[in-house]
Amino acid sequence: MTNPAGETRTVVVEREVAHPPEKLWRALTQPHLIEEWLMKNDFKPVTGHKFRLSREPKPDVKVAIDCEVLKVEPNRTLSYSWVAYGLDSVVTFTLTPTATGTHLRLEQSGFTADQKAAFKGAKASWPQFLAALERVLEQDDNEGDNA
Amino acid sequence: MLFKSLSDPTRRAIFERLCREGEQTVAALTAEAGISQPSVSKHLAVLKHAGLVLDRHQGRQTHYSAQLAALTPLIDWTKEMTGFWESRLDDLEDLLKRMDQ
Repeated sequence: MTNPAGETRTVVVEREVAHPPEKLWRALTQPHLIEEWLMKNDFKPVTGHKFRLSREPKPDVKVAIDCEVLKVEPNRTLSYSWVAYGLDSVVTFTLTPTATGTHLRLEQSGFTADQKAAFKGAKASWPQFLAALERVLEQDDNEGDNA
Repeated sequence: MLFKSLSDPTRRAIFERLCREGEQTVAALTAEAGISQPSVSKHLAVLKHAGLVLDRHQGRQTHYSAQLAALTPLIDWTKEMTGFWESRLDDLEDLLKRMDQ
């Protein structure tokens, strides 16, 4: 049996945004603006503040992400923990001013698979987990000949 | 082996039930599965072999629990999350345009 504990992965998404860092910072840190592009939230730009991101993509499906603010450097860096689906990760936004606006770098790292957390998290968000599993199994069906 | 072990609908149902409801005895699982106890035990053995369930002996009872961590490597979270963030950042850029006005 494989043991995924300790194995971490990182997602990086980068964008050149045609707006200054100050404006981007507002969109990243003001709750009513965060809600417009990410999810409902009770965010505060205060280190140690715990908040929850939530949305209901369908009436019977609820997604909730538990977060804690880890780092706040106005107009430069925002970092918070992101715990959902049993995945314990950290999301970091890094803003760098450019001649035309801002270079935005989003990094999500972690994805450590602690067994207990994975079980608890997956139980709490079981429909989503199952949907993801369903997709994986479908992919496997399609690629079954190569297995 | 993981895929094969979940491809059987009865086995999948047993596994999903362990995921939803937590640890269960073979007797409790049999009561709901609608098949004989030896069949349930056989399915559990396959799931155990795949690392999807863990057994715990207590007296004469064997308790089974789901090991979801075994599935974690199967799900490409990196891909899932990259897609998620790409679409969120599209919305963020739309918002920034609206904030100009």
